[in-house]
Amino acid sequence: MEAAAAAAAAAAAAAAAAGGGCGSGPPPLLLSEGEQQCYSELFARCAGAAGGGAGSGPPEAARVAPGTATAAAGPVADLFRASQLPAETLHQITELCGAKRVGYFGATQFYIALKLIAAAQSGLPVRRESIKCELPLPRFMMSKNDGEIRFGNPAELHGTKVQIPYLTTEKNSFKRMDDEDKQQETQSPTMSPLASPPSSPPHYQRVPLSHGYSKLRSSAEQIHPAPYEARQPLVQPEGSSSGGPGTKPLRHQASLIRSFSVERELQDNSSYPDEPWRITEEQREYYVNQFRSLQPDPSSFISGSVAKNFFTKSKLSIPELSYIWELSDADCDGALTLPEFCAAFHLIVARKNGYPLPEGLPPTLQPEYLQAAFPKPKWDCQLFDSYSESLPANQQPRDLNRMEKTSVKDMADLPVPTQDVTSDDKQALKSTINEALSKDVSEDPATSKDSNSLKARPRSRSYSSTSIEEAMKRGEDPPTPPPRPQKTHSRASSLDLNKVFQPSVPATKSGLLPPPPALPPRPCPSQSEQVSEAELLPQLSRAPSQAAEGSPAKKDVPYSQPPSKPIRRKFRPENQATENQEPSTASSGPASAATMKPHPTVQKQSSKQKKAIQTAIRKNKEANAVLARLNSELQQQLKEVHQERIALENQLEQLRPVTVL
Amino acid sequence: MAVCIAVIAKENYPLYIRSTPTENELKFHYMVHTSLDVVDEKISAMGKALVDQRELYLGLLYPTEDYKVYGYVTNSKVKFVMVVDSSNTALRDNEIRSMFRKLHNSYTDVMCNPFYNPGDRIQSSGSVSLSRAFDNMVTSMMIQVC
Repeated sequence: MEAAAAAAAAAAAAAAAAGGGCGSGPPPLLLSEGEQQCYSELFARCAGAAGGGAGSGPPEAARVAPGTATAAAGPVADLFRASQLPAETLHQITELCGAKRVGYFGATQFYIALKLIAAAQSGLPVRRESIKCELPLPRFMMSKNDGEIRFGNPAELHGTKVQIPYLTTEKNSFKRMDDEDKQQETQSPTMSPLASPPSSPPHYQRVPLSHGYSKLRSSAEQIHPAPYEARQPLVQPEGSSSGGPGTKPLRHQASLIRSFSVERELQDNSSYPDEPWRITEEQREYYVNQFRSLQPDPSSFISGSVAKNFFTKSKLSIPELSYIWELSDADCDGALTLPEFCAAFHLIVARKNGYPLPEGLPPTLQPEYLQAAFPKPKWDCQLFDSYSESLPANQQPRDLNRMEKTSVKDMADLPVPTQDVTSDDKQALKSTINEALSKDVSEDPATSKDSNSLKARPRSRSYSSTSIEEAMKRGEDPPTPPPRPQKTHSRASSLDLNKVFQPSVPATKSGLLPPPPALPPRPCPSQSEQVSEAELLPQLSRAPSQAAEGSPAKKDVPYSQPPSKPIRRKFRPENQATENQEPSTASSGPASAATMKPHPTVQKQSSKQKKAIQTAIRKNKEANAVLARLNSELQQQLKEVHQERIALENQLEQLRPVTVL
Repeated sequence: MAVCIAVIAKENYPLYIRSTPTENELKFHYMVHTSLDVVDEKISAMGKALVDQRELYLGLLYPTEDYKVYGYVTNSKVKFVMVVDSSNTALRDNEIRSMFRKLHNSYTDVMCNPFYNPGDRIQSSGSVSLSRAFDNMVTSMMIQVC
């Protein structure tokens, strides 16, 4: 039951709230430390969960929690209802704590209310005096509320010391791990030494949701059992769960190119339906390939319509697809980036295999996590193989922990290229760091300082650097055409003008600007083919044709630039031809060649500006030509449509019953 | 805290309407329907020249004995109508504005979903909600019935 507010904020809130609680509300509220912690977390959570919804939860929580000190009525009401007290009692409590009077649930009111709930649950009458007693902590039967799952456990470090004894007893009994949310589980240790330890576990029973649920649960079971005795029941679900998604993508790759086939690859372990919301390596590669088939650039978006068509092929119902979209499009921009796409695809795959959709986006499917966790598939192989298999985790808890930390630290360290890492996601990352660290911390009683040192250790590893390199390398993978050298045309693919220039280099003494990448003139492609053959021949062949084309004399003057400006092929071939002809063969040069000789030296300086202008004019002309073509095509279409309309109207006239009476 | 929130399409049919269940819902539907006239009046009163400057928030449309009705129009002529309890004096204009802004943002998010066809009802169909975030947001704005 942790909100996005960090442990520090929770502690600060606790301190402030305790002070506030003592000060303002009508009955002075004395909270023990455990109660303070519990209440502050609950309060932060209620305040943080004000936003509600899958996508908008974390950012709003970040905004709301630190700023205001009010808990939204919605989550508060849910919380109260979860305490399983009768409605009248809840009404009484609400009145007593002053919320109704004030109109909102401030920290004071909330804490008083929680205390009253505890009192009511202990059987004491709901009165102001009740809260003065020393009471056990209130117990809440939580209904499904996925918003918290993503928030993680910032305060886990607090309760880590007590975690060991509690969890060993807890897990030895091992009721239903998947009945309890990991947060509950970590929450209870903080309370257990203060409250009644044996009584708290049974109360933190989540309504057993479908197995398509909290990834954190599975990760918790990966993390927590590792330091403890080997958890065979846990190991099995992890093992088979990793086997499940592993085999799924293979089959998908075989059959799913055109259509999504429903594959019932359910896990063999029926008793622990841990949902593999984690994307395995093969799945990831498959998703990326599919992404590439829709959009060649992995760092770009898939638009909504394209994605819609693609996902509709999965034959899921539209509401479900819409819901999956809601979950996966974290930034709500109507487009899917690669991590969002992977998340959506994974959810679809899971849904097709029968797993119900989660209430909120599981943390392993969040874009930042995916982006950081999968910068390069090869690199992550070892990480995620170990991550998804809990057997090695048992043997090497430390390694797993470090890898987790590395991956999580990488998440925090890596500059996320396309996603904005909101503070809430950072909190989630930190919380997963904490949860990873809690294992270590539990082994050696470490304070947060040690955890920081632990964090520092993976930071120094090369993983982060390699991942960054990998990410950058991956960013360069998309098939963007290599940048063409400026000196040559950007479009003249077949024209190797460097060779053309070389003979005339001695003639080009002035500093020439690189030619702007303008389109070559249309007649030129035919000539450029000739250019590819030889350096000079195209010049010569062009020269006569160009001379035939336009008024070479006029264009000679402004374009006496040396041939390093090949854009001016239309205008300059004569120049180039002349330049080339001068040092080289003096074949059938046009008469204009002779006229060019006096010009070159004179116009070199002034032609620079004119060159720029000419470039612009050329570009505009070409754009005009394109638009004119487009216009003519559209006009054509318009004519056709008109004709159709006329035809239809004729038909209508004929069919209309003639009412002649 | 609103008693009833409605989203009306451009063609003046409801896309989404939700009231507190304790009351007679038909009454709220009727109030929203009649408020559409007032909305149209306010829009047209601006005049064509001021279309760009027209503010989205329309303010109090009309008060009744028990309720007050507020309106908000988007640039695509989608109207949000909110009915609040008159006895709730704590609600100020700014709060109403912020509530409308949140509504607008949530509505935009719903529109961004490519599986949502504009003009469809914003609703949950079957087990999976078509717009869970929108629902949650509206729930947070309605009066809580414990």
